[in-house]
Amino acid sequence: MTGPALSVRGLRAGFPDHPDVLAGIDLEVPRGGLVAVLGASGGGKTTLLRVVAGFHPAAAGTVELGGRPVAGPGLHVPPERRRIGLVPQEGALFPHLTVADNVGFGLSRRERRGSRVAEMLELVGLAGFEERRPGELSGGQQQRVAVARALAAAPELVLLDEPFSALDAGLRSEVRDQVREALRAAGASAVLVTHDQQEALGCADLVAVLRDGRMVQTGTPQQIYREPADLGVARFVGEAVVLPGSLRNGCARTPIGMVPVASANGSGADESGSVLLRPEQLRASADPHAAGSATVREIVFHGADTTVVVELGDGLRVRCRQPDVPDVRPGDPVAVTVHGQARWFPETR
Amino acid sequence: MPLVYLAVRAGGAGPERVLQILSGPRTLELAMRSIGLAAAVTAACVVIGTGAAWLVVRTDIPRPRVFAVLLALPLAVPSYVAGFTWIAEAPGLAGFWGAFGVLTAVNFPYVLLPVAAALRSADAATEEVARSLGYGPLRVLATVTWAHVRPAATAGGLLVALYVLSDFGAVSLMRFETFTLGIYTSYRGTFDRTPAAVLGCVLVALAALVTWGEARARGRSAHRTSSGAPRPPSPVRLGRWKPVAVAALLGVVAISAGVPVLSLVRWTATGTDLDLGALAAATLTTFEVAALGAALTTVLAVPVGVLAARYRTRTVALLEAGTYVGHALPGITVGLALVFLGVRLVPGMYQQLPLLLVGYAVLFLPLAVGSVRTAVAAAPPRLEEVSRSLGHGRVATLFRVTLPLAAPGIAAGAALAALTIAKELPATLMLRPTGADTLAVELWQHTSVSEYAAAAPYAAALVILAVVPTLLLQRITGRPA
Repeated sequence: MTGPALSVRGLRAGFPDHPDVLAGIDLEVPRGGLVAVLGASGGGKTTLLRVVAGFHPAAAGTVELGGRPVAGPGLHVPPERRRIGLVPQEGALFPHLTVADNVGFGLSRRERRGSRVAEMLELVGLAGFEERRPGELSGGQQQRVAVARALAAAPELVLLDEPFSALDAGLRSEVRDQVREALRAAGASAVLVTHDQQEALGCADLVAVLRDGRMVQTGTPQQIYREPADLGVARFVGEAVVLPGSLRNGCARTPIGMVPVASANGSGADESGSVLLRPEQLRASADPHAAGSATVREIVFHGADTTVVVELGDGLRVRCRQPDVPDVRPGDPVAVTVHGQARWFPETR
Repeated sequence: MPLVYLAVRAGGAGPERVLQILSGPRTLELAMRSIGLAAAVTAACVVIGTGAAWLVVRTDIPRPRVFAVLLALPLAVPSYVAGFTWIAEAPGLAGFWGAFGVLTAVNFPYVLLPVAAALRSADAATEEVARSLGYGPLRVLATVTWAHVRPAATAGGLLVALYVLSDFGAVSLMRFETFTLGIYTSYRGTFDRTPAAVLGCVLVALAALVTWGEARARGRSAHRTSSGAPRPPSPVRLGRWKPVAVAALLGVVAISAGVPVLSLVRWTATGTDLDLGALAAATLTTFEVAALGAALTTVLAVPVGVLAARYRTRTVALLEAGTYVGHALPGITVGLALVFLGVRLVPGMYQQLPLLLVGYAVLFLPLAVGSVRTAVAAAPPRLEEVSRSLGHGRVATLFRVTLPLAAPGIAAGAALAALTIAKELPATLMLRPTGADTLAVELWQHTSVSEYAAAAPYAAALVILAVVPTLLLQRITGRPA
């Protein structure tokens, strides 16, 4: 077997009344990689997953699994012959089977009698749970059994459909780490579909942002966060501070002063547009001379850091997220300083 | 299929003959009687059912739960058993009023149960808003509350009308000649079976009309618009009317459930010539045909039910609609159609067990398809997708995932079918193999020649056979059988 675990090219799919749920998608999952598809609900994530799994027909484009075409013009390999491991929301364990029978469901009779089931349960940290019923497990345990079931038959690709969204917040990160570890240990390639940017950024090797049926950006979590393709992506993957400005010689003039801009093509003339900063790049500090231009409106203490909401002269508000607790009160004048470089988005005409 | 043949058989005699039968005074008389009886019983059932439901759900009547159970009991009494007990106690009742009383007594729960459910789901808030806008309590009852329960009452009432139209047992025992009885007598009495076929077609047309009306009434039901849990309204204080209300409910229970039970006990006790051997044989036959019929019906229902639950295409919808037409088919016409079909196509099958079983399958397929469909629909499709992705094809997935998950529901449906078959009278009467008499047939034969004491043990056995599993099933599935 050669080639990437999954290769999707020019994929279109939809429904009779919504023909372009997916309007030309490209996606590649390297062997052993974990790629997160991040998108708002209704953006086509689930349709993409169902096309890859074979439950929804592709209208155009191709899907290859491990270099083997499974969907394309005149080709539709049925789901049972695609070697996909599916981990749906809330696990979807077979309620009439024991944990061991669930994990062994995709194995041949001979394999089921061997040690594979026990190995898989060990991998997800549930050794000894063989004879339990799904109803006796907690939500996190059910999800891990579902992962073991998906991995048991050594699939070409594991598809995880919002697998952690049904778990409560405290449990979520723990189960997420366990699942990622199990996937790594098994050397599996996986696609994680989610609307939770924390989950996508924190767990995947690569993140693909899906919006309105198109991939707007694919990159490492750092690239997506630091160098978003547009303001929409920027706002979607984290808190954003967007300020109007005009650019000249790699520096933007903004309501908080001159801000250095990364990788902007320096043109001589002024160019108007927007500056993107992250709250953690901004610091507010007491400055009596700033009276009238920047005023503290609100201070929210989070423990590890503090958010200071600052109102600028023209009514614009920015959020500064800083490790220290500045010695200011609402109403005090402050100075806002910028750490690092901003991203520049020219005004679109 | 059998229906088409029935139509062909009727039409085969030539249009003049058909017209002659249709316009004949006898047909008109039967139609008037059937429609009149259906209308009267339906009206009475709607009044009694709605009133009783309101009393049980919305007022401070004592022991509402006990009343709720007692008032649902008549459902388990086959109409011919109730008819037997009435005629055995008071032979003078025979005729319209007897048939009217029996059918009302056994059918009013079909209105009571849906109306009670609608009343329970009604939100107190809308009624309170109406009160605050200046409506008096009676006006609220007549406008807001009635608007809420009307679809349920209409659907229940049309169901009653359908059952009255297709009822054979009660009217035949009460010697009130309606369509069903008319079909049977003209089938038995003469060699020319064209009139029976024509009358059968007319009856089916009437039943189809009522079914269509019921489906429309059901589809129009209004739903609560606000979200969140509805708050139950505070019960209406009956005050000095309470004894009257209790007496009325007790009267309904006494007539609908009390009379059959007491009468059965009395006649069974006085019956000296109890033929245990014949009773045992009839019970055995009943079990045999019920089990075989239910098995055949369920086997046929599984593919239709699975398709209906999983793939909503036009063909499937048509197939499903086709099986539901059977819901409106009176047992007597199915029996008649199969007799014609059997005599013509496979003469050896006439009055043989297989033909009887086919008749049961035609009659009760809708029932079984309904349970299979509900059970399959309750199994999450996601599980099937997981199974497919793990390398099992459609068929393997059906047997390894879908059917095991749906098994309890399908089994309950099969049990329900068996129970209904055990109580079935008209089709059994026409199609049964010679000598193989079920409890219902024995009861009917003894009663029609006024051997009440000899009939009583069969009726008692039927009630035990029908009531006990009905209550159990109701508890398991949470719906009336």
